[in-house]
Amino acid sequence: MHIDPLEKKWLYVALGMVALFLGSIFVSLALGIKPPSNVETIDSARLHLSEEFAEDNLGVHIQPDGSIKVVMVAGRYGFFPRHITVPADTPVTFRWASIDVLHGVHMPMTNMSTMVVPGYVSEVTTTFPKPGDYPMLCNEYCGLGHDYMWSKVTVVAKQTWEREHASKGGES
Amino acid sequence: MNDHQSRRLALWNWTVAFAAFLFASFLGFYQVVERSGLFDFLESPKGYFASVSTHGVLMAYVLTTFFIMGFGYLTATTSLKRPLWRPALAWAGFFVSLLGTVLAAIPLLTGKASVLYTFYPPIQAHVLFYVGAALLVVGSWVWCAIMVVMAVQWRRDNPARTLPLAMYATVANALLWLWTSAGVALEVVFQLIPWALGWNDTLDPGLARTLFAWTLHPIVYFWLIPAYIALYCFVPREAGGYLFSEEMAKFAFLGLLIFSLPIGFHHLYVDPEQGAGWKLWHGIGTFLVAVPTLVTGFTVLASMEIAGRLNGGKGLFGWIGTLPWRNPMVLAAILALLMLILGGFGGIVNASYALNTMIHNTAWVPGHFHLIFAGTTVILYFAIAYHLWPKITGRKLVSPTLALIQLWTWFVGMTLLSTPWHVLGLLGQPRRISSVTYNSLLTLAWQPYELFMIMGGAVLLGSAVLFGVILWRTWQNPTAETDTDIAYAEPIHPPEGLPAWVENIKAWNLVILVLMLISFGWPIAQFFFLKTYESLPWGY
Repeated sequence: MHIDPLEKKWLYVALGMVALFLGSIFVSLALGIKPPSNVETIDSARLHLSEEFAEDNLGVHIQPDGSIKVVMVAGRYGFFPRHITVPADTPVTFRWASIDVLHGVHMPMTNMSTMVVPGYVSEVTTTFPKPGDYPMLCNEYCGLGHDYMWSKVTVVAKQTWEREHASKGGES
Repeated sequence: MNDHQSRRLALWNWTVAFAAFLFASFLGFYQVVERSGLFDFLESPKGYFASVSTHGVLMAYVLTTFFIMGFGYLTATTSLKRPLWRPALAWAGFFVSLLGTVLAAIPLLTGKASVLYTFYPPIQAHVLFYVGAALLVVGSWVWCAIMVVMAVQWRRDNPARTLPLAMYATVANALLWLWTSAGVALEVVFQLIPWALGWNDTLDPGLARTLFAWTLHPIVYFWLIPAYIALYCFVPREAGGYLFSEEMAKFAFLGLLIFSLPIGFHHLYVDPEQGAGWKLWHGIGTFLVAVPTLVTGFTVLASMEIAGRLNGGKGLFGWIGTLPWRNPMVLAAILALLMLILGGFGGIVNASYALNTMIHNTAWVPGHFHLIFAGTTVILYFAIAYHLWPKITGRKLVSPTLALIQLWTWFVGMTLLSTPWHVLGLLGQPRRISSVTYNSLLTLAWQPYELFMIMGGAVLLGSAVLFGVILWRTWQNPTAETDTDIAYAEPIHPPEGLPAWVENIKAWNLVILVLMLISFGWPIAQFFFLKTYESLPWGY
C-alpha cells in the first residue's frame, strides 16, 4: 500500500487539529460548560394540574442560597410569564415545559438556549453578565403564528436586585 | 461502453432532479424577499411556510435523491464496464420515487403540509405528505440494491482486482443511504403514518426527534459523496493530471460511511430528551468525521497541483494559474473547495458541544447548510451535469462560456446570501421565521443584512435559470457530441496491497451495526422504559 510521506504528515496534522478541538471541548466540560440535558418527563396536557408548572407558580423564585429558579411555560404563541426580571451575575436556572407543540427558545447574545419538547422538562442554567432588556425568541417552527412568539426578560444589576429584594426574600 | 439503459435512466432521473431544483429556486427567492420584512404587501406566514416546506423537500430530498440515482447508474455501468443489472427494476424504483414526489407535492403546494422538511411532530401534516416521502425513499432503496448487487457480481467475476474508485464510493453511498434512511423510515412508518391516519391518537415527540437525528447527519454525506466522486474521479483528469492517491481516497469514503452514522445527536445538543453523556459521545464522533474530509481536501489539492505543474506551472503557487480555469469541472472544484473550507469552519462551531448554544436554531444554521450543501455540493452537481449531460443526450454542450458564467454567479450569489445569514445568526435572528416582528432594538441591526441576502437570492435565481437554459438548449442542440465515453482519473500509483477489509462490505456493515447499537441503542430504548407522556396531533 502506498501512502505518500507528505500525505502521512498531513494526516497527523488533521488528527492533531481534531485532538485540539476535542481538547477544548473537554476543557470547557471541566469548567462546567455543557449543553442542557435533563431527561425528565411531564404530561404536557396536564401542566395546569402539576404543582410546579401551575399558572400561579410560574415565574421567578429566589432560592435559599440566593440563586434564581425561573419556571416558564412555552405555548402558542408566547412564553409565560410574558415579562420576567432577573439579576445579573447570578446563576439562573430556567425550567421549561411546553403546553402544546415543539418550541425552541433563546435570548440573543446570551447562553440561554434550549428546545422545549412536549412531554419533557428542559432545564438550563446560565449567568447573565450584562444588565439590559433582552427579547426571548421562539426559534423552532411551531405554527403560523411562530413569528409572533416572543417575550421579554429584564436583567438588572446585581446591586439593584439585592437592594430591592433585601427585605422580601422568597418570591419575586 | 455505451450502455443505453443506464443513460436513459440517468437522463430521466436528472430531468426530475433539475426540474425540482429549478422550481425550488423560485421559491427560495420568494422566501428571501418575504422574510426580509421590507415588503409589507408580500407578508404571509401561510404562503411562506408552505413555500419553505416545499423548497426544503424539493432541494434536500428530490434534487439529491434523483440526481444520485441517475449518477449511480452511470457510474456503475461505466466504471465496472458491464451492463446494468435489472433495468426494469431500476425503472420501477424511478417511478415509485416519482409517485412519492407527486403525492407529497399535492399537500405541500396546497398548504396542507406546512410542517417543514424536518416533519417535527406533534404538528401534523396531511397523511399523503408522509406516504409520499416514504415512497420517495422506498424507490431509492431499489437503487441501493442494484448498486450493491452490481458491485458484488463484479467482484465475483474479477476476484483478483479491487473495485474501481468511483464504484467503491457509489456502493459505500448506497450502503450509507440504507443505514441512514432507516431512522426516518422508522419514524414515518411506525409513528407518523399511523398517527396521521388516526390509528394512533398520540406519539412521543422525543422519540421522533431521536429517530430523525439518526438520519439527519449522515444524509448530508449521502448528498456530498457524489460531489466527492467528481473531485476524486473527474477533476484530476479534467485538470490534465492524475489522482494523487487512490488508497487514501478509499479510506476517506470508508471513513465517511462508518463515522457519519453514529453521530446525529449534535442536532440535539440543546434537547431535553437525551442525556449529556450521549451528546458528548456523538460530539466526539462528529469531530472524527472531519478527518476524511480533511484527507479529501489534501488529495484533491495535491492532484490539482500535479496537473498545474504538468501544464507548466512553476514555483509555490504558479501551478494555480496554469490550471484550466475555463474547464467547468475544474472551476467548480475550486469554488466548491473554497466554500467547503468556510462551511467546514462553521460546521466545527455547530459541532462544538459548548459553542452550539450560541447558534442553535439561529439564522447561522441555514447559512451554514446553504454554504456547504447548496454551495459545495450543488455546484459540483452542476459540473457533473455539464460533464455528463452531453454524453447521455448525445448532444454537444451549447456554450461552455455560459456554463462558466453560471458557476461563477452561483458562487457569488451563495457568498452574498450565506455570509449575512451567518452574521444574522450571531446577532440572534432565529431561523424559520417568515417576518421580523419583534418589537426590539436588536432587529434594527438585522435590516442591512436582509438587503444583502435579497441580492444574493436574486443572483442565485438568475444562475439557476441559466443552468436550466443551458441543459435545455444542449438537449435540443442539433450538433452531436462526439465523445460519449465516460472516463475516470488514473492514480499516479496503481493501488496495490490494500488490506482486504477495505473492500469487505460485510465487515463494514458489522462495524456500523456495532457503532449504531452503542450510539443509538439505549437512547432509543430509554423511551420504552421511561414514563413518557405522548402528544396529540396539532394543526398549524
